[in-house]
Amino acid sequence: MAAEPLTSPKIVGKARPRVDGPLKVTGRAMYSSDHHFPGMLYAVPVSATIANGKIEKIDTATAEKMPGVRAIYHQGNIGKLFRVSVSFGDLSMIDETRPPFEDDVIRYYGQYVALAVADTFEQAGAAADAVKVTYRREEPNVERELGVERLAGVRKKGGSKPEHLESPKVQSERGDPEPAFEKAAVTLDATYLLPAETHNPIELHATVAVWDGTGFTLYDTTQAVVNARNVLAQMLGVPKENMRVISKFLGSGFGGKLWPWTHCALAAAAARQLNLPVKLVINRRSMFQCVGHRPLIQQRVRLSATQEGKLTSLRHEYVNHTSMLDDYEESCGEGTPHMYSVPNLRVTSALARRNVGTPTSMRGPGAVPGLYATESAMNELADLLKMDPVQLRLANEPEIDEGTKLPFSSRHLRECLTTGAEKFGWARRTPAVGSMKQDGLTLGWGMASCTWIAKRFGCTARVELRDDGTAAVSTATQDIGTGTYTVLAQITAEKLQIPVEKIEVILGDSNLPEGPVSGGSMATASVIPAVMAAAGKAAESLLGVAAKAPGSPFAGSKPDGLAFQDGKVQAKGGGEGVPFGEILKKAKMRGVSGQGSSDGNFLDPKPQFSSHSFGAHFVEVTWQPETVRLRINRVLTVIDAGRIVNPLAGRNQIEGAVVMGVGMTLFEQTQYEHGTGAPINSNLADYIMAVNADVPKLDVIFLDYPDLHLNEFGARGIGEIGLAGISAAITSAIHHATGFRARKLPVTIEDLLGAPAQA
Amino acid sequence: MRMKSFAFIRPPDSAVAIAAQAESPTAQQGASVRFLAGGTTLVDLMKLNVEGPDKVVDINRLPLDQIESLPDGCLKIGATVRNSALANHPAVLRDYPVLSQAILQGASAQLRNRATTAGNLLQRTRCIYFRDTAMPCNKREPGTGCAAIHGHNRNLAILGTSEHCIANNPSDMCVAMAALEAVIHVTGPKGVRAIPFAEFHLLPGETPHQETVIQPGDLITHVTLPPPVPGNKSLYLKLRDRASYEFALASAAVVLTVAGGRITRARVAMGGIGVKPWRTREVEAALEEQPATETTYQRAAEMAVQGARPQSENAFKIELAKRCLIHALKLAAQPA
Ligand SMILES: Cc1cc2nc3c(=O)[nH]c(=O)nc-3n(C[C@H](O)[C@H](O)[C@H](O)COP(=O)(O)OP(=O)(O)OC[C@H]3O[C@@H](n4cnc5c(N)ncnc54)[C@H](O)[C@@H]3O)c2cc1C
Ligand code: SF4
Repeated sequence: MAAEPLTSPKIVGKARPRVDGPLKVTGRAMYSSDHHFPGMLYAVPVSATIANGKIEKIDTATAEKMPGVRAIYHQGNIGKLFRVSVSFGDLSMIDETRPPFEDDVIRYYGQYVALAVADTFEQAGAAADAVKVTYRREEPNVERELGVERLAGVRKKGGSKPEHLESPKVQSERGDPEPAFEKAAVTLDATYLLPAETHNPIELHATVAVWDGTGFTLYDTTQAVVNARNVLAQMLGVPKENMRVISKFLGSGFGGKLWPWTHCALAAAAARQLNLPVKLVINRRSMFQCVGHRPLIQQRVRLSATQEGKLTSLRHEYVNHTSMLDDYEESCGEGTPHMYSVPNLRVTSALARRNVGTPTSMRGPGAVPGLYATESAMNELADLLKMDPVQLRLANEPEIDEGTKLPFSSRHLRECLTTGAEKFGWARRTPAVGSMKQDGLTLGWGMASCTWIAKRFGCTARVELRDDGTAAVSTATQDIGTGTYTVLAQITAEKLQIPVEKIEVILGDSNLPEGPVSGGSMATASVIPAVMAAAGKAAESLLGVAAKAPGSPFAGSKPDGLAFQDGKVQAKGGGEGVPFGEILKKAKMRGVSGQGSSDGNFLDPKPQFSSHSFGAHFVEVTWQPETVRLRINRVLTVIDAGRIVNPLAGRNQIEGAVVMGVGMTLFEQTQYEHGTGAPINSNLADYIMAVNADVPKLDVIFLDYPDLHLNEFGARGIGEIGLAGISAAITSAIHHATGFRARKLPVTIEDLLGAPAQA
Repeated sequence: MRMKSFAFIRPPDSAVAIAAQAESPTAQQGASVRFLAGGTTLVDLMKLNVEGPDKVVDINRLPLDQIESLPDGCLKIGATVRNSALANHPAVLRDYPVLSQAILQGASAQLRNRATTAGNLLQRTRCIYFRDTAMPCNKREPGTGCAAIHGHNRNLAILGTSEHCIANNPSDMCVAMAALEAVIHVTGPKGVRAIPFAEFHLLPGETPHQETVIQPGDLITHVTLPPPVPGNKSLYLKLRDRASYEFALASAAVVLTVAGGRITRARVAMGGIGVKPWRTREVEAALEEQPATETTYQRAAEMAVQGARPQSENAFKIELAKRCLIHALKLAAQPA
């Protein structure tokens, strides 16, 4: 293994509050829609009220004459909007690829058909209401049944394309699962259904577009300013240099704000045509229609095992719904091949087209729904085997990643399981349904493992040392509320060995050196090597200045005879160090800077290691059958996610994810209505999410083993792993309490009313 | 989120307020003049274009915000008393805990700080289609049809529905007031009226846009609660998906007097399941003069859901409502 990590517990690894906290609690943090400009106009989209069909006529006559109205845009007058060459490698990602208003076909409910622009928000809204659209309506397809069983025939060798499914693919395969399943002592064949889920960050998607005659500045609610610049430059047909995207603070995104949506281009197009700044904030209903969602997913898991609980085969087949035009694939099998040791395995996927908006990444895309199914199946198998679910997992711990045949860079799932079981008191669990009681309530205990990919994106960063003793670090990544400002301040401070308070972090502007998207839990891991390199370069320049500048106490020395240490310049042989600020002052310089870059390894075709984070959740629910009241009482989570840069921010991520998991398991579902095809519960009263009163007692333990193959500090991301596996842990606790086996989420009162009566 | 323009007036006294609203052809859906109390229903619906008054009459400065004990033992609650003030009033906490509990389990602290007694009595259904002008809805636009009957109706009513509307009354406060037999006092162009709670809300029938007996110009001035029955125990039980900030799927307000293991007096109302706060004398009769036992509660619960007409998504409310009532009765009858 590699050497000790380059951290001191004073800075990296120290729990510290957010450096941007004061700005946020005093309202000084400028979110995208807070930006105002003289003469700014407001845009309100008109949304289709059918989910399938054609626009026959758009009548804008009344709307155009209304007070304050500047323009009503639609297919006929929006001007040219271009398609984008979609590429992850070039950071030009967009999920809904059709530019807005491109044709007169309606493919999902709520699709934008026109845009009203007026002097005030109210005027624009009134005008949007007054636009009369006539449709030729056809029956939409929002069928929930996706037909996962049709995937059974899909094999690498042979097998035909299953009916009504698109792009069937074998994602991973080893051995021969069919005969192993047939021969096995114990088998499980279970199908799990996850509803569509909608991202509901408090901050609505918004774009404030400013056109200066040649270029755009967009204040946009994006989790990826560089990607937004690349995509929107293409869509609006301007050179990249003429597109600047700014996202200084985000009221969270959960993946929904990774890639641009149709309203971004609309706001920009309107600003250019009218030559005035335009603000477009979408409403909550549109949040359910036009800006992605986690798709509806059906997954079939077939497991077989020996009587002793050794897995002999695993098949994981899944289908997710996608929109009519785009192939959004939810890679549910991402964690399946490496999670457990099993000689025979196949992971197969396909898509089913529906009249819905294009789905997109939602916190933990792929692994979160995938692990709900596979970990639930493991729990069901444990019950069939009459084996403790922790023991079942320990009995199938692999030596290497059996999917890629690569060694793990760092895997401590075993310790997550044993530590969690011990701290939770798992040994006291009695396996019979309904057998544990406390204060007149029935208790249920359940658990599950989790995993999440640990990779890096490419990053360039700049570090500047300044004459006032402060330093600035900048890169075009962004803080989406997860603590990136703070973490960057910490790692820069660590490298320079100066106090965190002396670091200014500059993010969220595509004009800065290109930084990573805030997604995939990779921002932290990605920025570290670039910042290290940039700080090294800045220090080098500083030593050059120290050796050369006439006023410098080291003038005349050779730069390589000097060292930068603890924020000071020092002769290598020893002697007094001089703080860099003083050197710069004496040299009459404002600052020196250095730029550093690091490659990503996310798309690395030949990785050396299998890099993932791991974890385990232990859950207690309380159950009161008299009132059909089920509540999550406590959750203990153990996470192996490398070195934790800031345990406070880290804990906050895991806790938030667990709470989101409570919502995912018990409440959240976007319901597409037959007939209209509308996501019908498109508001925060009817789309139920966890509230404070639903938050259980939360306990988070980080194992804190650095993964030094990933970066100097051994830090991985932690934004998503907490949501992985939690649903399987909760549903197993529900089963333990009530006897109800949830193979569909959310678990509702309706489900629990039917729970078997018990002793 | 858009609002059409409207005139805003702040009348000096009730007479001016009443005269202003009396100009509206109706005090029901489609009213052209609306009183503004807390605004948590009205402004919400105006933003959704479901309400579009030409004139809004702010009644917040009228002297209707007091709670007083009357010489006859009744409690008088002013129309603009905030829900939080009512729930935390010592007389309510002492004599009518069911009312305090019902209010405190509704909405959120912020909303309760704005919402008023009269506004709560007149809050509108949470039916999704009612709140979405792109959808047909007989209550919002008579004659357009009821989208909920074949649509999303999980949260809607199973009792008192008609083929024209199955919307439920979502109020928690009203359920407690129904069980307490509150009286609603109204001053209109033709003078004052006292309306027993049970007569205040209407069944949808063929006119779901007519929700109450309120006529143009009727200003609710206050509500009175009859004197507390000595020795009674009252409580409110609300069942919902999440632990807070959600309307009831089923709720029960019970006011019981139990002596020597027998129920001597019972008042019961249920929420979440009816087109209006649902109280039936039969259920109460099934409890009165009966032993305070599980069998009695079971029988009352069966009676409470008799005639229930479940829709495609809400049949579960029958069983849920029964369990809710049984548990509420059990808790209320428990010796202290
Ligand atoms: C997000 C949300 C969650 C909620 N959750 C719950 C819940 O869980 N349980 C619950 O019970 N309620 C809930 N509510 C509803 C809330 O209780 C009502 O909105 C509130 O009680 C209405 O009171 P108000 O004073 O704000 O009424 P307003 O909006 O001011 O008025 C409502 C109606 O009454 C009329 N009116 C007002 N005062 C008078 C008067 N004196 N005479 C005649 N007419 C009058 C108005 O003209 C208007 O038509 C919720 C509301 C919201 C927005
Ligand atoms: S139930 Fe009533 S409120 Fe709902 S759509 Fe039908 S008519 Fe309208």
